[in-house]
Amino acid sequence: MKVTYFPGCTLRTKAKDLDMYARRCAEKLGVTLEEPKDWQCCGGVFTTARDEIATKLSSVRALKAAKDKEQMLVTVCSACHNVIKQTNHAMQTDADFAFRVNNYLGEDEAYHGETKVLHYLELLRDVVGFDKVKEAVVNSLAGKKIAAYYGCLLLRPSNVMKMDDSENPSIIEDLIRAIGADPVVYPYRNECCGGYIALENPESAKAKSSKVTKSAAGHGAELIVTACPLCKYNLEKNGSEIPVVYFTELLAEALGVKEEDNE
Amino acid sequence: MNKETENLRKEIVRISGVNPVKCMRCGKCSATCPAYDEMEYHPHQFVYMVESGDIEPLLNSKSLYQCLTCFACVDRCPRGVEPAKLVEAVRLAAVRKQGANHLKADDIPALLDEDLPQQAIVSAFRKYSK
Repeated sequence: MKVTYFPGCTLRTKAKDLDMYARRCAEKLGVTLEEPKDWQCCGGVFTTARDEIATKLSSVRALKAAKDKEQMLVTVCSACHNVIKQTNHAMQTDADFAFRVNNYLGEDEAYHGETKVLHYLELLRDVVGFDKVKEAVVNSLAGKKIAAYYGCLLLRPSNVMKMDDSENPSIIEDLIRAIGADPVVYPYRNECCGGYIALENPESAKAKSSKVTKSAAGHGAELIVTACPLCKYNLEKNGSEIPVVYFTELLAEALGVKEEDNE
Repeated sequence: MNKETENLRKEIVRISGVNPVKCMRCGKCSATCPAYDEMEYHPHQFVYMVESGDIEPLLNSKSLYQCLTCFACVDRCPRGVEPAKLVEAVRLAAVRKQGANHLKADDIPALLDEDLPQQAIVSAFRKYSK
């Protein structure tokens, strides 16, 4: 099957691994990721102010491109997913906002949030199925203790994101089980790493990130997985004693596609 | 509350979509806020200060730039007040003024390190500047 895939700015630059492994694993699992033409950066964070439309247009354009191809829109970066999903929700529920966006875009057909938006993790769980992922594993990671780091953007606001229980999520732990490893549950897995405060106040990001990594390591994890380039940066930069990798890299290792030729 | 403050209050309520009167002052938003220690005014204070029209101190406070947009207060508020949306509306009231950007492009090179993802820069710009 084919889905529309929005990589986002960071997956073209500092987080090429997140993107490359996502594509390889998807192909292995029978899903082709197709980029919309001329996509633009989502902006990194959703502006909650209802009167702003300019900052949300790139998301609407990507959503509309998926609708035109009658495909779902899949993202792998937590931030892109959050921005696009919240924008889609606003297009569905805020008639005044949707009217002004459609008026500006001037397309023949107005967009009202028809596109289904899935994070790559949801693609694995709800479309491919974790049982199929399990069947495709060639390198079992049995015995490896892995901590899932959700952070904020995959889960909240939960009434919009609807990926999982925002206080007690299990989607990444279920993926970890599917590839044969042991998930480590720890208290800070859905607390904030500090995000973009790293730019202005690295000390503040350090305080938040080190709580996360100490909590994961303290509960016996050997490795942390994340979907977010900024989470990965913050956790690594602030002295994580255990490695932090993208979940797609771990999946690629399990599916035996990690060592394919790098073009 | 003078006319100007009343208009500002209405504008903040309108663009945030938040109704501060719903707040029952349980303080859960501030208790769960990861930026609490760095804030002069905390999320629950934003709610009652906007409600009472005491907005000027918020407009001038560095607290506006400490919110991490983690949506913890939005998700955990038992009354659905969603304080982060109010913080954002007050921040926009500040940075939308001519020349009031909190982060300027010229500031960026000194703040970079080679590993910092682009995502951090675009996010900070979206939050701190117009």
